[in-house]
Amino acid sequence: MIENIDLSLVNWSRAQFALTAIYHWLFVPLTLGLSFILAFMETAYVRTGDETWKRITKFWMTLFGINFAIGVATGIILEFEFGTNWSNYSWFVGDIFGAPLAMEGILAFFLESTFIAVMFFGWNKVSKRFHLVSTWLVAIGANLSALWILVANAWMENPVGMTFNPDTARNEMNSFSAVVFNPVAIDKFTHTVTSGFVLASVFVVGISAWFMLHRREEILARRSIYIAGIFGLASSLLVAMTGDSSARTISKVQPVKFAAMEALYEGQNNVGLTVIGALSENGEKLGEKPVYDTKMKIQIPGLLSVMTTGNPDGYVPGMKDLINGNPERGILPVSEMIERGKYARQVLIDFKMAKELGDKESLVSLQAKFADKDFTDNYFRYFGYAYFTHPWQVIPAVPLIFYSFRLMVGLGFLFIALFAIALYLYSRQLLERRRWFLWLAVFSIPLAYLASELGWIVTEVGRQPWIIQNLMPVHMAVSNISAGSVQVTFFLFAVLFTALLIAEISIMTRQIKNGPKHQEEEK
Amino acid sequence: MKSSKMKGMTRLSATANNVFRFYYDGFRSMSWWGRRAWLIIIVKLIIMFLILKLFFFPDFLKTNFGSDEERSDYVIEQLTGNK
Repeated sequence: MIENIDLSLVNWSRAQFALTAIYHWLFVPLTLGLSFILAFMETAYVRTGDETWKRITKFWMTLFGINFAIGVATGIILEFEFGTNWSNYSWFVGDIFGAPLAMEGILAFFLESTFIAVMFFGWNKVSKRFHLVSTWLVAIGANLSALWILVANAWMENPVGMTFNPDTARNEMNSFSAVVFNPVAIDKFTHTVTSGFVLASVFVVGISAWFMLHRREEILARRSIYIAGIFGLASSLLVAMTGDSSARTISKVQPVKFAAMEALYEGQNNVGLTVIGALSENGEKLGEKPVYDTKMKIQIPGLLSVMTTGNPDGYVPGMKDLINGNPERGILPVSEMIERGKYARQVLIDFKMAKELGDKESLVSLQAKFADKDFTDNYFRYFGYAYFTHPWQVIPAVPLIFYSFRLMVGLGFLFIALFAIALYLYSRQLLERRRWFLWLAVFSIPLAYLASELGWIVTEVGRQPWIIQNLMPVHMAVSNISAGSVQVTFFLFAVLFTALLIAEISIMTRQIKNGPKHQEEEK
Repeated sequence: MKSSKMKGMTRLSATANNVFRFYYDGFRSMSWWGRRAWLIIIVKLIIMFLILKLFFFPDFLKTNFGSDEERSDYVIEQLTGNK
């Protein structure tokens, strides 16, 4: 029985998934962004015929190849974990994940694996234009692969386009377009992919800066900073725009996560966006969870209201409204959602009993209920709340989300400044002389990875305790296995991924230190 | 008719040969990092599919239940918490 499942099993399963996802995400964003940077560089080569561009493209292609080789298939481990640790969830999700993941597999196989071979083996063997097209197709293919994974992930945050079948206990897709054009999926894809572009641009600018600091490969470094600076600046502005759009969507579909991001407890009109602040417990409790005050805060007046409602005087609900309800604003209390969830679960229990008793008449009417709009909109949509006893249990870890969000956004603005300064110094031919900037660029590389991971922490920790928003809490999703077996595989993964990371860093560092000249001699 | 079929076959085998030569030459002239990367890919895939998947990550529902009906019943049992 699920009630008997040890909480340590849930926590170890979560920790294992978090570890795998965090490591996997160390490899992915560089592939997403660097593939486009390569395509831009090679386009410059084909258009100008300048062999230096070819040399630059080949150097960055080597680093792309190392990252791709080490990172490839690390995501499959997440799928292993679904089947072993998260079997209730995997079953309940039904075919919703199947279609996007199949699309991802097909794209990854046909586009990436076919054209990546042309990219690496095709120099001087296929025409310049065919090679260029292959490079572009690898970039497009890699990013389209990400689309399908993110569509699946977005469904977990805003489940749409499906009907629950009580006979099989699975969700069945009834609208592929609703799943693909889920507003969360669109925001997530644009925000995630553009953040990958930013990371790759910081990577290219940082390594180019390292060459400049060592007075090596200065033409390569200057041109690379030029391409990555433009791409990075455009992408980081897009990240800010898509982040804004994403926040608006979250405020509608995951309001508790949104309130946690701002540590907003009291709903208000004309709410400012906290730029900097420190949380401190004020002694009050919301159920058993502490309530935090934001100290030493610097706010942009009215911005949060604008972000959520489009109006500086707009009302933004706080955590207390969302947990205790606010009838004036049409916000249901969580206690009511728990009751509605319990009713939906009771209908499922009745269906199960009718099936066991062979009561065909009840079976037909109860099955029809799960397809009925009134039942799905008012009861089944709260199905997951049936597994909570207290409203405060749906509050996530506020401080972790609050600080992660602020640090991520702060780093995002740092990168905008980094690219803007890089382009200014490039245009004034001052890059080599501003060593402080070159060091800043080098040290920005780990910060870009940190910002990228923080984004996932905000999104995934922020939606706790849900694995599927409002439908399935995390503790209902786990398999009935021993916590010990999950611990063993947790440490196995920690060792495997750390080894892969060390391999990546050491091979990449060697190739960077050797530089393109050494690669040409090696050939 | 027969000769056009023959020509088609010859063209197909020439293409297959070209594709084979393309990959063969590519792998043969691979650089230090390329060989190292392939070694890592192979070792990683062996660890993932022949060790982790086989011994540590059996599919819980497929291993413990013989049919989809049994799997459905089990998950409903878990969700309803009702024997």
